[in-house]
Amino acid sequence: MTSVSMTVNGKPASGEVEPRTLLVDFLREHLRLTGTHVGCDTSQCGACVVHVDGTAVKSCTTLALQCEGADVLTIEGLAQGDQLHPMQEAFREHHALQCGFCTPGMIMSAIDIINRHGGVPDETTIRHELEGNLCRCTGYHNIVKAVIAGGEAMAPGRAAAE
Amino acid sequence: MARDTGIGARVKRVEDQRFITGKGRYTADLNRPGQAHAAFVRSPHAHAKVGSIDKASAMEVPGVLAVFTGEDLAADEVGALPCGWAITSKDGSPMVAPGHPCLAQGKVRYVGDPVAVVIGETLSAARGGAEALEVEYEELPAVVDLDAAQSSDAPLVHDEAARNTAFEWELGDKAATEEAFAKARHVTRIDLVNNRLVPNAMEPRAAVGEYDSGTDGFTLYTTSQNPHVARLVMSAFLNIAPEHKLRVIAPDVGGGFGSKIYVYPEETVCVWASSKVDRPVKWTCDRAEAFLSDAHGRDHLTHAELALDEQGKILGLRIKTKANVGGYLNLFASSVPTYLYATLLSGQYDIPAIYAEVDAVYTNTTPVDAYRGAGRPEATFVVERLIEVAARETGMDPAEFRRRNFVTSFPHQTPVIMMYDAGDYAASLDKALELIDYSGFAQRKSQAAREGKLRGIGFSTYIEACGIAPSQAVGSLGAGVGLWESAEVRVNPVGTVEVLTGSHSHGQGHETTFAQLVADRLGIPMTNVAIVHGDTDKVQFGMGTYGSRSGAVGMSAISVALDRVVAKAKKVAAHLLEASEGDIEFKDGQFTVSGTDRSIDWTSVALNAYTAHGFPSADLEPGLKEGAFYDPTNFTFPAGCHICELEIDADTGHTRIVNWVAVDDFGEIINPMIVEGQVHGGIAQGVGQALLEHTVYDESGQLVSGSFMDYTMPRADDLPSFSLDFTVTRCPSNPLGIKGCGEAGAIAAPAAVINAITDAVGHEDVAMPATAEAVWQAIRKSPAREAAE
Repeated sequence: MTSVSMTVNGKPASGEVEPRTLLVDFLREHLRLTGTHVGCDTSQCGACVVHVDGTAVKSCTTLALQCEGADVLTIEGLAQGDQLHPMQEAFREHHALQCGFCTPGMIMSAIDIINRHGGVPDETTIRHELEGNLCRCTGYHNIVKAVIAGGEAMAPGRAAAE
Repeated sequence: MARDTGIGARVKRVEDQRFITGKGRYTADLNRPGQAHAAFVRSPHAHAKVGSIDKASAMEVPGVLAVFTGEDLAADEVGALPCGWAITSKDGSPMVAPGHPCLAQGKVRYVGDPVAVVIGETLSAARGGAEALEVEYEELPAVVDLDAAQSSDAPLVHDEAARNTAFEWELGDKAATEEAFAKARHVTRIDLVNNRLVPNAMEPRAAVGEYDSGTDGFTLYTTSQNPHVARLVMSAFLNIAPEHKLRVIAPDVGGGFGSKIYVYPEETVCVWASSKVDRPVKWTCDRAEAFLSDAHGRDHLTHAELALDEQGKILGLRIKTKANVGGYLNLFASSVPTYLYATLLSGQYDIPAIYAEVDAVYTNTTPVDAYRGAGRPEATFVVERLIEVAARETGMDPAEFRRRNFVTSFPHQTPVIMMYDAGDYAASLDKALELIDYSGFAQRKSQAAREGKLRGIGFSTYIEACGIAPSQAVGSLGAGVGLWESAEVRVNPVGTVEVLTGSHSHGQGHETTFAQLVADRLGIPMTNVAIVHGDTDKVQFGMGTYGSRSGAVGMSAISVALDRVVAKAKKVAAHLLEASEGDIEFKDGQFTVSGTDRSIDWTSVALNAYTAHGFPSADLEPGLKEGAFYDPTNFTFPAGCHICELEIDADTGHTRIVNWVAVDDFGEIINPMIVEGQVHGGIAQGVGQALLEHTVYDESGQLVSGSFMDYTMPRADDLPSFSLDFTVTRCPSNPLGIKGCGEAGAIAAPAAVINAITDAVGHEDVAMPATAEAVWQAIRKSPAREAAE
C-alpha cells in the first residue's frame, strides 16, 4: 500500500491505496464520491471524466498515484453551495439528460470544451469533441443545445477563438 | 399555479437536481456493511460439456470466501430461469424451452454462460479466484449461423429441440393470402437481415444481495426495470425466497431499453449466495461482461412479399422469418418475434390478407429478447422496406403510394389481431412532407450531385402497439402475467401527496410527468407531490416499465386512484361544509358547495380527513388514501412519419444525415419536452442500428464485437439535430388519451435510413448496418456505375 494525497473539490484528501488503484476507484470507493461513474472498461464512454489540474481526464485510465499533489475537480465540486455551475443549469434547462448516468462525465467534458476554446465553438466542433462521451438516452440533440447555452453562460458573448 | 406545471407544460425535470450534482444513487454506488464481492466464471466456449470444477484452485487465492457452482444451486433446489410467454407451434405442439440454469448444469451454450461464482473479501480477491478456478470443458461443435441452424446436420443446442427449433408459429389467413397473391398484378419480393444489437444502457447491471438471519428475509438492490416481476420470478420459479421474505429495490437505474426487464443469473446468485456466506454480496458488471451477458436484440432473417393490384392498392402481404433466440429462450423472448412482431405487419395500411410464419431458432449465442421496440422495429423494417421498394418498382411516388394504401377509418380491424382505435396517418405524412420541403428535394439532389454527393430521401410511416397491455388479451395469447398497472395515492394530513406507482423510471422522468398529472388534478404545487417507485416494500405490486406503457397504463392507474381520492375528499368536504356530497364541486384545489360561496380548501380537507372529528363513523372513515389497478381495454397505437434525408460521399461511402423530420402522433402529451427527448433517443438507437451497430460472432461463437472499441455506438458527430412535430388523435382506450412515445424513434428510424440510402445509390441491395465500407461497396454495384463501367 502507498499513501496518496491530493486536493479534491477544494479539500485535502488522502488515503492508503494499492499502487494499481485507479483514480475513479479512489474517488468512488475511498472518498465515496460516487457521482463519477464507470460505464466501460476501454476508456470509450467518458462517464468517468473529471478535471485534474484544470484538464478533463478519464479517471478510469488514470492512476490515483499519478494525481499525487494534484487539484481534482469532480461533479460534486462544481456547484458553489446552492449555486449551480452554468453548465449544470444548462443541462437541466435543455433536458440534456435522461437516466443521468453519463451526465457527470458529459458535464465535465462540456466545461473542458468551453475552457479550451475560450468560448463556444460551432456545433460541428462540439459534436466532434463530444466523441469521447457516450450517451444512450438523448441522441445528443439536447446535450449539444446545453453545451452551447452553458458555454454562453460561462463566457457571455464570447465565440471561440478560431 | 397548476397552469405552469399542468398537463401539456414543458416542466423541467424534478429528478435532474441529483443527477447534475452527482447525487444520483445507482446500485453500484451502494455499499452494505460487511459486504463481500462476487465475480463470475464464464464459459470461454460457445458450446461445451462442463467437467470437473476444482474449487480448491480458487479457494487458495487469499481473500476468497466461497466458490459455488451449478451443483450447489441444484442442492438448494434453485430453479432455472423460465420463459414466461407460451407459444404454440402451427402443428399444435408447445414451444420447446428448456430453462436457463443460473450456473451451468453440465453444459454451457454460449460464450459468457455463467459456470461458477467466486465470493471474495474484496473485488480483486473475487476476480483473482475466478481467474484461478480450474474448470474442465469438453468442447462441442457450435451452431452460430442462423441460416444454417435448422439444417439436419447442425449440432443441437438443446437435445430436446430438434433442428434447433423452439417453435414454428404462424399468424393470419394462409389461404386468403395465397388467393390475394394469385390475382396480383405485381408482386414485390425482398430479403432482409435485421441485425443483432447489444442494448448497452450506459449503466452496466449491478446487484447487492443481502440476507438478514434475524428475520430470515432477503433484500436485493438491483438494476431492474420491473422489481416486482424480478421478485415474482425469484419466488415462484427460482425458489430463492417467498415474496413476503424478499424485498427488491431498484434505485436510480441508468437506462434499460429492455435489457433490464429480465431476471438474470447474476442477480439471482447474489441474493442466494448472501445467505450462504451470511454477508451482503455485491456484483457490478463490467462492459465486457455486459456484451456477453445482457440479452441482445433483433437478429431476424426475413423473406417478405407484397401483392399489388393494377391501381397500386395492396392486396396481400406474406413473410417468413427466422428469429435467432440465442442459447436459451429468455424471459419474454418468445413474444418478441411473434405477438409483438407479426401483429404489426399491417403497418398503417389497409391490407386485406396477411400471412406470417416465424421460426424461433436456437444458436450458441447470447440469448436475444426485447430491446427498445421489441418486434415492432423488425415489423416496421419489413413493411416500410416492402412499401418503398414496391413504390419504386411500380414507378409511384413513395409518399403517394403510402397515402393510397393508408387506413383512413377507425376502428380498423387488421388481419393480424390488432384493432387500431384512432389515428390520422395522412395528417402526419402531410406535415412531415412540408417540414422536409419534399417538393424541393429533386433540386437538392441535383445540387448534391454537382458536389460529388449522392443524396437520398427515405420514408418510414410506422405504427406500433403500446400501452402493453390488456391482461385478458395477452393472457389469451400465452403471457404468463397480466399487464395492468397499480397506483396508490396517499394524502398526508398537511395536504402533500405521495404517489406509489408500479411503473419504474430509468430515464423517462416519471418523477416529473406523474407529478404534473397529480398537481393538475388536485390543484396543488408539484413540489407537494412525491413519486415513489422501485421498492417492493413500498409499492405493493406493479408490472414495471417497458413497451411504452408507463404513460398509457401507469398514469391511467394514477388517474383512477386520483378520481377515488377526490371522491373521498368530497365526502369529507361535504361533512365539513354541512352540505350534501352531490352538491360539492372540486376545482383548482377548492371544494365549493354548488351555487354558493361556501368553500374549503384542499389542505383543510386533508387535515380534517385525519383529525376526523365528528365523522359519522358508519358513512365516513378517517384517512385519505386510495389505490387502483388499471387494466387497459386495448393496446394503444402510436404512429407517425419519419423522413430521413442524407448525403453519401461517393468516394468514401460515408453517410451524413442532413435532415431528419419526425411527425409523431402520441395522443395527448403530458410534457412535450420529455416526449421530444424520448423521440431523439429512439431515433439515435434506430440510426445506430441502420448505420453503425454490428454484433459479430466468428464461426466458433466468439463475440468479435465485444467492446466499445469494436461495436460502434452512435456518437454525437454521427447524428444530426432533429426536426420534430406532433399530430394528435386522442387515444380512446385510456382515460388520459395517451398512446406512448418511448420506442417510436427506434421503430421508425432504421427503415427511413435504409430507404434513403437505397434511394441514393439506386438499388435495394444495402444491408444494415450500412457502414461506410458497406455503402462504398453498394455504390460500386449501382446500376448507373455498372453501366458506365
